[in-house]
Amino acid sequence: MADPSGFLKHTRGGPARRPIPLRLRDWREVYEPYDEQETRNQAARCMDCGVPFCHQGCPLGNIIPEWNDLVRTGKWAEASDRLHATNNFPEFTGRLCPAPCEGACVLGIADDPVSIKLVEQEIADHAIAAGFGLEPRPAELSTGRTVAVIGSGPAGLAAAQQLARAGHTVTVFERDGRIGGLMRYGIPEFKMARDVLDRRLAQMSAEGVTFVADCNVGIDVTVEKLQEDFDAVVICTGSTVARELTVDGRDLAGVHLAMPYLIQQNEVCEGTRDAVEVSAEGKRVVIIGGGDTGADCYGTALRQNAASVTQLDIHVMPPPTRDLSTPWPTYPLMLRISAAHEEGGDRIFGVNSTSIEGRDGRVTGLNLVEGKRIPGGFIPTDGTEYHIDADMILIALGFVGPERPGLLDELGVEIAQRGTIVRDENYMTSVPGVFVAGDAGRGQSLIVWAIAEGRSAAAGVDAYLAGRSFLPDPLEPTAVALR
Amino acid sequence: MQFSATPAPQGLYDPQHERDACGVAAVADIRGRRSHAIVSSGVTALINLDHRGAAGADPAVGDGAGILIQVPDELLRDDVDFQLPVSPDPRHGQAYAVGIAMLPVDPAERARAKAIVNRVLGGENLTLLGWRTVPTDPEGAGVGQMALDVMPVFEQLFLAGPIGEDGQLPYGLELDRMVYPARKRVEHESQAEIGGDGIYFPSLSSRTIVYKGMLTTAQLPAFYADITDRRTTSAVAIVHSRFSTNTFPAWPLAHPFRYLAHNGEINTVRGNRNRMRAREAMLSSTLIPGDLSRAFPIVTPGAASDSASLDEVLELLHLGGRSLPHAVMMMIPEAWENNATLDPAIRGFAEFHASLIEPWDGPACVTFTDGTLLGAVLDRNGLRPGRWWLTSDDIVVLASEAGVLPIPPEKVIERGRLQPGRMFLVDTDQGKILNDTDVKTALAAEQPYRDWVHAGLMRLTELPPREHVTVSHRSVLARQRIFGYTEEELRILVTPMAATGAEGIGSMGTDTPEAVLSQRPRQIFDYFTQLFAQVTNPPLDAIREAVVTTLSSVIGPEANLLEPGPWSCRQVVLPFPVLDNDDLAKLMGMNADGNLPGFASATISGLYDVHGGGEALAAAIERCRLQTDEAIARGARVIMLSDRHSTADKAPIPSLLLTSAVHQHLVRQKSRTKVALVVESGDAREVHHVATLLGYGAGAVNPYLAIETAEDLARHGLLGDVTPEKAVKNIVYALGKGVLKVMSKMGISTVGSYRAAQVFAVFGLNQDVLDEYFTGSTTRTGGSGLDTIASDVARRHSLAFVPNPQTLEHRGLEIGGQYQWRREGEIHLFNPETVYLLQHSTRSKQQKIFRRYAETVDKLTKQGGTLRGLFELRTADATPVPLAEVEPAGEIVKRFVTGAMSYGSISIEAHQTLAIAMNRLGGRSNTGEGGEDVERLLDPVRRSAIKQVASGRFGVTSPYLVNAAEIQIKMAQGAKPGEGGQLPGSKVYPWIANTRHATAGVGLISPPPHHDIYSIEDLKQLIHDLRNANPAADVSVKLVSEPGVGTVAAGVTKAHADKVIIAGYDGGTGAAPLTSLKHAGQPWELGIAETQQTLRINQLREQVKVQVDGGLRTPRDVVVAMLLGGEEFGFSTAPLVVAGCVMMRVCHLDTCPVGIATQNPVLRDRYTGTPEFVETFFLYMAEMIREYLAALGFRSVAEAIGHAEMLDVSAAVEHHRARGLDLAPLLEIPQVASEYSCTNPAQHDLSKTLDAELIKQAAPALQDARGVRIHLPIRNVDRTAGTMLGSEVTRVHGPEGLPDHTIEVNLTGTAGQSLGAFLPKGLSIDLLGDANDYVGKGLSGGRIVVRPDENSPSQAPGVKTQVIAGNTIGYGATSGEIYLRGRVGERFAVRNSGALMVVEGTGDHACEYMTGGRVVILGRTGRNVGAGMSGGIAYLLDPEPAKVNPELVDLEALDIDEVAWLGEVIGSHAKLTGSRVAAALLADWPIAAVRFSRVMPRDYRRVLALRAEAAALGVDADEMIMEASHG
Repeated sequence: MADPSGFLKHTRGGPARRPIPLRLRDWREVYEPYDEQETRNQAARCMDCGVPFCHQGCPLGNIIPEWNDLVRTGKWAEASDRLHATNNFPEFTGRLCPAPCEGACVLGIADDPVSIKLVEQEIADHAIAAGFGLEPRPAELSTGRTVAVIGSGPAGLAAAQQLARAGHTVTVFERDGRIGGLMRYGIPEFKMARDVLDRRLAQMSAEGVTFVADCNVGIDVTVEKLQEDFDAVVICTGSTVARELTVDGRDLAGVHLAMPYLIQQNEVCEGTRDAVEVSAEGKRVVIIGGGDTGADCYGTALRQNAASVTQLDIHVMPPPTRDLSTPWPTYPLMLRISAAHEEGGDRIFGVNSTSIEGRDGRVTGLNLVEGKRIPGGFIPTDGTEYHIDADMILIALGFVGPERPGLLDELGVEIAQRGTIVRDENYMTSVPGVFVAGDAGRGQSLIVWAIAEGRSAAAGVDAYLAGRSFLPDPLEPTAVALR
Repeated sequence: MQFSATPAPQGLYDPQHERDACGVAAVADIRGRRSHAIVSSGVTALINLDHRGAAGADPAVGDGAGILIQVPDELLRDDVDFQLPVSPDPRHGQAYAVGIAMLPVDPAERARAKAIVNRVLGGENLTLLGWRTVPTDPEGAGVGQMALDVMPVFEQLFLAGPIGEDGQLPYGLELDRMVYPARKRVEHESQAEIGGDGIYFPSLSSRTIVYKGMLTTAQLPAFYADITDRRTTSAVAIVHSRFSTNTFPAWPLAHPFRYLAHNGEINTVRGNRNRMRAREAMLSSTLIPGDLSRAFPIVTPGAASDSASLDEVLELLHLGGRSLPHAVMMMIPEAWENNATLDPAIRGFAEFHASLIEPWDGPACVTFTDGTLLGAVLDRNGLRPGRWWLTSDDIVVLASEAGVLPIPPEKVIERGRLQPGRMFLVDTDQGKILNDTDVKTALAAEQPYRDWVHAGLMRLTELPPREHVTVSHRSVLARQRIFGYTEEELRILVTPMAATGAEGIGSMGTDTPEAVLSQRPRQIFDYFTQLFAQVTNPPLDAIREAVVTTLSSVIGPEANLLEPGPWSCRQVVLPFPVLDNDDLAKLMGMNADGNLPGFASATISGLYDVHGGGEALAAAIERCRLQTDEAIARGARVIMLSDRHSTADKAPIPSLLLTSAVHQHLVRQKSRTKVALVVESGDAREVHHVATLLGYGAGAVNPYLAIETAEDLARHGLLGDVTPEKAVKNIVYALGKGVLKVMSKMGISTVGSYRAAQVFAVFGLNQDVLDEYFTGSTTRTGGSGLDTIASDVARRHSLAFVPNPQTLEHRGLEIGGQYQWRREGEIHLFNPETVYLLQHSTRSKQQKIFRRYAETVDKLTKQGGTLRGLFELRTADATPVPLAEVEPAGEIVKRFVTGAMSYGSISIEAHQTLAIAMNRLGGRSNTGEGGEDVERLLDPVRRSAIKQVASGRFGVTSPYLVNAAEIQIKMAQGAKPGEGGQLPGSKVYPWIANTRHATAGVGLISPPPHHDIYSIEDLKQLIHDLRNANPAADVSVKLVSEPGVGTVAAGVTKAHADKVIIAGYDGGTGAAPLTSLKHAGQPWELGIAETQQTLRINQLREQVKVQVDGGLRTPRDVVVAMLLGGEEFGFSTAPLVVAGCVMMRVCHLDTCPVGIATQNPVLRDRYTGTPEFVETFFLYMAEMIREYLAALGFRSVAEAIGHAEMLDVSAAVEHHRARGLDLAPLLEIPQVASEYSCTNPAQHDLSKTLDAELIKQAAPALQDARGVRIHLPIRNVDRTAGTMLGSEVTRVHGPEGLPDHTIEVNLTGTAGQSLGAFLPKGLSIDLLGDANDYVGKGLSGGRIVVRPDENSPSQAPGVKTQVIAGNTIGYGATSGEIYLRGRVGERFAVRNSGALMVVEGTGDHACEYMTGGRVVILGRTGRNVGAGMSGGIAYLLDPEPAKVNPELVDLEALDIDEVAWLGEVIGSHAKLTGSRVAAALLADWPIAAVRFSRVMPRDYRRVLALRAEAAALGVDADEMIMEASHG
């Protein structure tokens, strides 16, 4: 039982971010270490609700109240088990998840929610530091069945680990040079250090997962060969086709998509590339898109010593606290200030870009108009047009779906109207034995959804191969967040 | 059944649930002089007890009345045309036996019946002397039609025995012993040949005769001419008037029976009957001639009445050689176990007989006679009233209440009362009254019982210890998986028990599926729900009245019941029914050296081939049964059923199934009493599991895996600093104590009688499984069979043997989700989605979203969330009506009420939100058990229309009742039926204390029972009291669904309630032990269906309104409830959710984060609810209900009520996984001429009461507060005197009442029950005479004085203090004064919270649950003074410390200023009552004062000290107290 009055004794807290001047000079994670007793106090704020909305708010179904209480009482090993019971990679989500759980926290109705994400990360890091978090747990018995997982992002890795533990022989294919997908290439180092990922991959290797990088399945390996060699295939290739900006001037030099921009810096950080091709150094940078990827670009540009950074958001500035349109326990619409946002630069809300201006084929600025976002469109306010200067524009408008040429077309999986791969309730595509998990099936989403889908798809694969699965199955493929 | 109009079981109605309660009286001439006066006095007493009986729809059909007297030899000899032999000693019986035979009406059948008699008598060496037609006058008596329809023919049979060696005819007892087997044979053979009851003999004896029938008390003497015939003489008479819950006449079920008349109920009768059956194998007697087995079965199978079975066993014990008092003492022993002061010889007697027969447990006043001895005994709790008088002409009168015979005071020598477990005996041979000690001492001296016990009984504690076995975590985990343990169970069930020794608490009821509807594997235990006492008998308080309960029992082989000797107690004493692993090893190893072959043990392995499904399971059970037989044949006397050592192929047989299967098998083989049955169970891990195992036959349970789990948790540091050893002790203790609580809910005090008593309802198992393995348990709705049980076992088992364990890496056990919602767990109807939709729709006023809410919940119900989810509405078969023609929503909402949630359990903000919303809508909100502030009471906007009256009576005052539209008596609550509650001191904030008339910072306890309702006739009395307290209000009675609730509802209707509420088990917003939350009570669907059917069968439906309550969430829920028979609908959880509740389920912790279930001002600031939200909710509900009504073709709710034909269950049953469940019985509509709803509410005429006259005479006071003096006589039939006058005072003059003593009422005589109930300030009653139970109930400022007539010899100087009034006096009094010159009964000043009461002696449990006020006791008290007493002070003269319950109070010396105060109080007592005791004390007060001690609750003393300190510091006392209690 939780401490029933913990929330009356402690206020919400969390680790401090490192001083801005310091953190802008390196790429290390921005948070300071957090005191153990303080973490336990934060966990003690959990009320152990009869209906834990956080547990529903979490796509993985993390059993948050239970590990909160174990942390409160200092039972870190047990907490780690309870956390890993629903989440293969809490050290990832603890750093990267936007924490819909906290938006659903009952305490948040009239108080600050429990620092769930903090506690999650502390459990994961504690477990790793103590040695049991990453202990390999290879299957005792092999089923003799083989599974190919295509794509090594969070969905692929989760599916692979689950299937390996169920005794299947799993090979993970990755078309890029190193394993990890978005987590390696898309997430800036200052949000999650690369060794966090590498340690987990080492565990999976020790559990018998084979990683094949630099292999674009469908091109480097034919689909026929794939299907011949493997008893089942799980497509976890993500949603990688970027949403484009369709205004005049898009083709000007200095206008870039966010993801390639982030990737090159990440490659430099982990030493697989000497220097970035595109740097923000000394430039006036404008980021189009108010989401997380935009914020990642924001922090990256600042660390590259940009002259200025401006992020544009098509939505009007949300209120500092939960907007009425998103009542508890839905994910709150509110002004979020990420670490990057406090490091400098500007945010402009409620604007749409009308055209990009340039000179000599290079970008010089951007024309904007104020107005109101409506579903599927934007209503400009007359007379509010204005111009801002820019030397570099980064487009961070999200992704529209998986890439079809190559693997998907070759496999012939059915594609839904919105561009994602159609799957049945067991995550199987229209092609028998071929499954899909993560953004490729669900569309662009959060890392927690990817892991959850990977886990569920693994259960589908396991049942397909073994007739019955004991693997946990947290999600229906059609599950959507409360709204 | 013949001679009975009881219908066959139909729908959900089952006559086995019929209950009765009664008034009983006895009259005897101590010197054994026969006279007709004794008989006629008995009849007079009976008629004066009429208000304790009842009549049904037809007032001319009584529930039963009868009389038991000595054989009226003179009359019979005169009247028969054949010779009757003459007895040499008529005082001890005639030389002939006589009895009425109830014979078939049809002449041919009657001839056949007589032929059977002749045939049997021939074989029995008895002579038939002749038959006499019993003169009866049904017409003259005015017997009702229903009774006439089934009336038998009455003829008296006369028999004589064979001439003995001495040439004499046998007579008396000797003859009765010969007649006994013959009568049994006639009964059995005629039942077999004719059917039904065959020939029924109310009695057949040479000593006594019974005249009885389905009559009212007044009809009895008119019906049987013999009774009024002057030639009918007797020295003893026992009379009885019955109040049955039904209205079906059954002639044989009237009392008295052959030896006794019983007022009460045997709760354990099923187990008692089974054990008697098993004992038959070893029964033999040298006294009853011939082979005794021809009289078997001793207990008539299918006997409709517990009293009949009690009588049958008593008869056997008596004829088999014991005196009647001896036999009664065996069967209804006093609470000897915890009584340190008991005479060791009597203790030896009790302990020895506990080895022979288990108590027949339950509330009982048994009067008995063999014609010479006439006695009476009360059950160990004293839950029935009994008073007696001795007159100067040596007549003893004993009755359920005082005043049944008009005896002039100057003839009364002594007045007494029956006491718990004590016997009162009149020996007409010796010509004297024997008191309890005399009787018991004499009996105890008959044999060296103490020596026998000392030599015979083995005590577990004295056996050599065994090595403790420690088990590894891996092994524990592996087995937890096999038995389906979940992480949740470890956290919620095992951890609290192991850490604290007590079961966990939960809140907000349960909203998960019944076992049979669940999609996940469920334990077989879950199909069984605990029965609980409501109305027909009381639950107990096993904590505060621990003196009468025991968990100790004996197990082991029994011997011949009729020939006891030292060998009879060669058994093992188990102090506790739960054994740890070490104790189990001891028990099983008793004969390890071979030196105790009488305790040889054998282990039966309860495993089966898990791949073989239900068939393999059945085969394995059969094997276990045979192995048990073989083990017994080899000499084993301790049999252990074990489910250890399962493998990948062998799974455990569910221990409950195995235990009951073997137990029932041994009962059938009649070998059950040869052995002790011990269960080594891996699946038992919560209180309910252990309770079911014991309840279905286990002698003791070793829940080894739960114990090892506790040890394992402790070793892993998950229990704080609790050591593994302590954890084991804790969990064993918690499980045992939990069982005690489960027992006490049913009113059962000893584990010996709880064992195998099968006090459970079953839902979801099919009748074949029940018949084979749980014989005697019944279901009317079918369900799963062994295949499903086996498949659930297999599913669990497969998880334990997953081929690759890493598949479940990090997942020790399944998550669970029964108690808290979990994604992977069980369905909960309130889940994150539905809570959100409900709140969002009502707060943002979006009916569309409300529809989504309703659809989502309805979908969950269809997935198994509720029973009603399985129903389909037959809209396809209906002719819809236009929506516009359906009554408006504004009408429908008037049928809505909100549930009883007290101010205290929820915040004032939340409470008022509901009240305001309901008042605006025209519905009703409910105060709950917490009173109401005066300012709200008088504010029609903010008050609650329904005022609840619960067992704690918090805040129940005259103004509270007067300002009610409806007064609701809470008999039980859904979350924890059969239990009381507790509000810890830290939650008694000053404003709560004020409303409840309690003390801030001092805890409040609600008793499990209403201490003025131990039976249905008591309820009738309380209803009468409340009606007098506010004649304008409806009186409603809240029941909780369980099998038989329909029958109780019929009884409640006959007790003149206006409304009955049927609550489901699943509702309930309060805190409850988890066992109760999950395992007690049933869904309302079953309860309302049974109620509707039973009320209609009884033709009572039109008289009473029926309300459904419990977990109603959606419009569809309401429509189902309506079609099943509900006409009003109660909601609790849903409106709370609307107001902001998010199902935290922490109501019991005062930490509600949304400000609802808390008093903490910080949290209350977070409250966001408004009345508008709640109104919106109800209006949306009503709107959608309209749509349903339109679709079903109804224009109003009234048209739809009870039309169950509009429901369909067939599709659901076929398609759902519900495994053979057949819900069709819920939809049955009995074909009787009765309405579907309340169309003709009963009228209550109070114009003929004493109070009508009082009000008339008190007019000057009522009109303009002028002083009035009234003088009137009073009789016992004048009940609740002064109360209606009081209500007028309050109504006219408001809560302040009148100046003290403005109205003085002087009464003379014997007052009926509830004298001066709720008497307000300004009203004083002075009674010269005596009074019955419940004097000054709810006293609200008035004064009551009762003093005896000085002319009575019983008041002569030197005579000991006499009884002046009955039980439960001053119950829940809040202010005022009571002065009683004399002794009183049990539970004096129970729950007093503000009155001053002076008395001169009390029975047991004085000042129980008291929270305030002052009590002065100038004489001896009974046991258990101050139990649960948290406030107030009692002053005892010459106290006996051993009689004070030390749990909450100290006995200490008085302060000096108290001495003066006490002197004044005693002075008032002397002045008002003329008390000699008081006068003597005052004569030398300083010396006398030293003889007093005070009973001081420790909490109360702390608070008083704080108050004094605050006063000294000049700070606010309340604030200081609350700060102190919150640390």
